[in-house]
Amino acid sequence: MTLEAIVFLVLSAILLGSALAVIVLRNPVHAALSLVLSFFATGGLWLLLEAEFLALTLVLVYVGAVMVLFLFVVMMLDINIAELRAGFASHLPLGLLVATGMVLALLSMVGGEAFGPVAFPEPPPAPADAANTRDLGRLLFTRYVYPFQIAAVILLVAIVAAIALTMRPSRQTRAVKPEWQVTIRREDRVRLVKGLTEEDR
Amino acid sequence: MPLSAYLIVAALVFCISIAGIFLNRKNVIVLLMCVELQLLAVNINFVAFSHFLGDLAGQIFVFFILTVAAAESAIGLAILVVLFRNRGTINVEDLDTMKG
Repeated sequence: MTLEAIVFLVLSAILLGSALAVIVLRNPVHAALSLVLSFFATGGLWLLLEAEFLALTLVLVYVGAVMVLFLFVVMMLDINIAELRAGFASHLPLGLLVATGMVLALLSMVGGEAFGPVAFPEPPPAPADAANTRDLGRLLFTRYVYPFQIAAVILLVAIVAAIALTMRPSRQTRAVKPEWQVTIRREDRVRLVKGLTEEDR
Repeated sequence: MPLSAYLIVAALVFCISIAGIFLNRKNVIVLLMCVELQLLAVNINFVAFSHFLGDLAGQIFVFFILTVAAAESAIGLAILVVLFRNRGTINVEDLDTMKG
């Protein structure tokens, strides 16, 4: 067994184990942490596939940003874990059934010779001066520059949407609320009183 | 390792996360994590095919999937926070206002 195969098997075992931990662990914090572990293992697998830039991006962006966001939200919310776990056992048979069926279907597709070493021979290892980042960047800024700009706009929209959703107006500032202004009725503002005039005295 | 090894690992991760969606159908946070795992499985397939076909387009696609997934989880978590603030729960079964 080559060193590459050993590394692959170890990383795959870590990935599958931590993915399993994500769905069965009771505490959402632990689930998020095992998701972090599975991202690390996947990054290692991508390094084996000579996708260095994406492996580093996965660790930096996912572990560094997205999973920290997950952990923040999990810790901010005061949730009752026991209540959310109710029904785990009753859903287990259906979940196992669907998952096993899908595993069998997918394995019959990808496990056979169709994607084996004969149909897809191992490509020669990249030369020592190969730069995955440089090649990706060259493609990204020439051929795929338009999708790249769209991706930037999507990120901008996500930032604006996330801030707009979660921002609470400060109680200190006084602002005009148009929806209150248009629903006001005359009776709320004007009160006619019958007063005494000079002649009544 | 042959291509099928990577595809099998990705398929197993995908099925694990499908099972997770069935098992944890009350907890929105774990549901979001399962969606992330599914995207990860798909990305493994893309990178593996990109390597074995010698075509970098697959890695470019993974780059865009990562971007969109980051945006998706940011907005999803923001919605989750607002939901918890307004309703005091993240139980999926309590969120049936639109059931009629």
